[in-house]
Amino acid sequence: MALIETRALGRVYDLDAGRVVALDHVSLDIDEGDFVAVMGPSGSGKSTFMNLIGCLDKPSSGQYRLAGTAVETLDANGLARLRNREIGFVFQQFNLLPRTDALGNVALPMIYAGVDRKARQDRALKALGRVGLADRHHHRPMQLSGGQQQRVAIARALVNSPSLLLADEPTGALDSRTANEILGLFQELNREGVTIVLVTHDADVGRHARRLIRFKDGKVIEDHRQTPLDARDHLGAESAA
Amino acid sequence: MRLLEAIRSAFSAILANALRSLLTMLGIVIGVAAVITMVAIGSGARNLVDWQIRSLGANLAIVTPGNVTQGGARLGAGAASTLTDEDAQAIRREVDGVVAAAPFVQGAAQVVAGGSNWGTRIYGIDLDWFEAREWEVADGRSFDPEELRRGDIVIILGQTVARNLFGEEDPLDKTVRVRNVPFRVIGVMAPKGQSAFGQDQDDVIFVPLDAGRRRVIGRNYAKDGSVGSIFVKFANEQDIEPGIESITHLLRQRHRVVGEQEDDFAIRNLTEIANTASASANTLSILLAAVAAVSLLVGGIGIMNIMLVSVTERTREIGLRLAVGARPRDILSQFLIEATTLSTIGGGLGVALGAGAAYLVAQMAGWPSLVSTNAIVIAVGFSALVGIFFGFYPASRAAKLDPIEALRRE
Repeated sequence: MALIETRALGRVYDLDAGRVVALDHVSLDIDEGDFVAVMGPSGSGKSTFMNLIGCLDKPSSGQYRLAGTAVETLDANGLARLRNREIGFVFQQFNLLPRTDALGNVALPMIYAGVDRKARQDRALKALGRVGLADRHHHRPMQLSGGQQQRVAIARALVNSPSLLLADEPTGALDSRTANEILGLFQELNREGVTIVLVTHDADVGRHARRLIRFKDGKVIEDHRQTPLDARDHLGAESAA
Repeated sequence: MRLLEAIRSAFSAILANALRSLLTMLGIVIGVAAVITMVAIGSGARNLVDWQIRSLGANLAIVTPGNVTQGGARLGAGAASTLTDEDAQAIRREVDGVVAAAPFVQGAAQVVAGGSNWGTRIYGIDLDWFEAREWEVADGRSFDPEELRRGDIVIILGQTVARNLFGEEDPLDKTVRVRNVPFRVIGVMAPKGQSAFGQDQDDVIFVPLDAGRRRVIGRNYAKDGSVGSIFVKFANEQDIEPGIESITHLLRQRHRVVGEQEDDFAIRNLTEIANTASASANTLSILLAAVAAVSLLVGGIGIMNIMLVSVTERTREIGLRLAVGARPRDILSQFLIEATTLSTIGGGLGVALGAGAAYLVAQMAGWPSLVSTNAIVIAVGFSALVGIFFGFYPASRAAKLDPIEALRRE
């Protein structure tokens, strides 16, 4: 069953310099449980696409259904609710709250879901365990390495059990070895059933997904399934070397 | 529950920039301190006035002898005793709204009891005097009408005199000598405390009017039933002004003062004198109120400014919060609560500072001050309102941020 359905999805920006068509009638489905890499150079429309399916932005035209909800009909509060329940974001710059410890950062989305304090603690701890950081829950972001920070961010994205994990250049700020670990974590989560859409300009990163969608000039120019590169093999090869 | 958490996170945000927060609060602190001091001094002054009126007796006027011209020489006020018992009776009888008209004589006297003696003021009075001054006998009894009529040599002591002459002993039925006249103590007055001018009002003794006139105070009172002054007590404050006019008219008639001739007496409205004491306190209050209003305004603008800075600094945080599901109104309330917490803490500090200042003023100026719970609640409430009012614009700017833009901001 399709988790994401877009029909003739378009986004036009009215700038001083004139109209810019950032996304041009994109129609595609993404199935539940899939691992999709969205690729393309800057200005290709992949970021606009991500913002739209992440419910951060509203389309200029067309329809978008996420888990059965018609997103284009929602107001700001409805979008917030949908982001809270259905989407987990992972950003290139992690975007952790600097003064809050790992546990507090992971618990943040649950505050807006109205989960009580005790349950937030329990679930945040569980999510941190899932990314292998249960023992670091009282560390502040500054006390963690880049890879660990990104794991905290992933735990935060997972904590409300969203139907979609949306990652925007999640390995962009990491060295290749750490990047590989994060990709391995994504693949593991995907095997456990988490639907992942990963936006990247890096072909190596894209090869870890099971489906690859390439944007150019606001249109989909390539869309095919692939045999994913297994991050674990890569790790094994590296440690053997 | 959510509110409590929001306040907790507001506290941690405020503490993260402790110095900046403190400086921001300063305006509110000063404003609230001014309000608290103002109210404390204002209500202290009001209390003082109330208490003065209470200790003097409410709605009171005093008639004193005035100038007398004898053979072209104008003698000063009080040079002659122009007032009499009959004047007092006439006032009581003929002027509307008069509850009591108490003629009295006064002087200084040395009181001797056994081995100890004490210098004090002596008053020769009738029963109207206690009514006018709203003062009662605490131990023993007051004069009876017969004693007053005959001018018996009985005496009522003020607390201070009783204590100094008799210590712990019971003075009732003891004899005290005033100018070698043996008086029998029949009562001790209730304590009255200090007057508005710092006099010990309990340092006093009372004897029947006639006894005072004839036996101890001498002067020229002895003749024709003349008295020193007359206290006139009115039923209501509104009665005082017309009452004074009637008394003037009445006494001019009785003293045969005609035409352009000067009054040979003077009438003062004592309640009004007490009321003027509050005027200077009011001036100070208005000044402080102006300071308070201006600093609350400045403090509020300071909070608005710092909240705008904070919103700019934390744009990415706002973007992230929006991305993970915060609704615009969650962001709005977060920043509103932060501004309000900031101003309320400032208000709390201001209350402490203001209470301290009020205490200092009370100590240094000898001005009674009173920090009331009401004033504290209002001051803290008001500073919270300042936070809400001036925090609203920055908070609504935060709430209107576009999550995509906010996340992209460095």
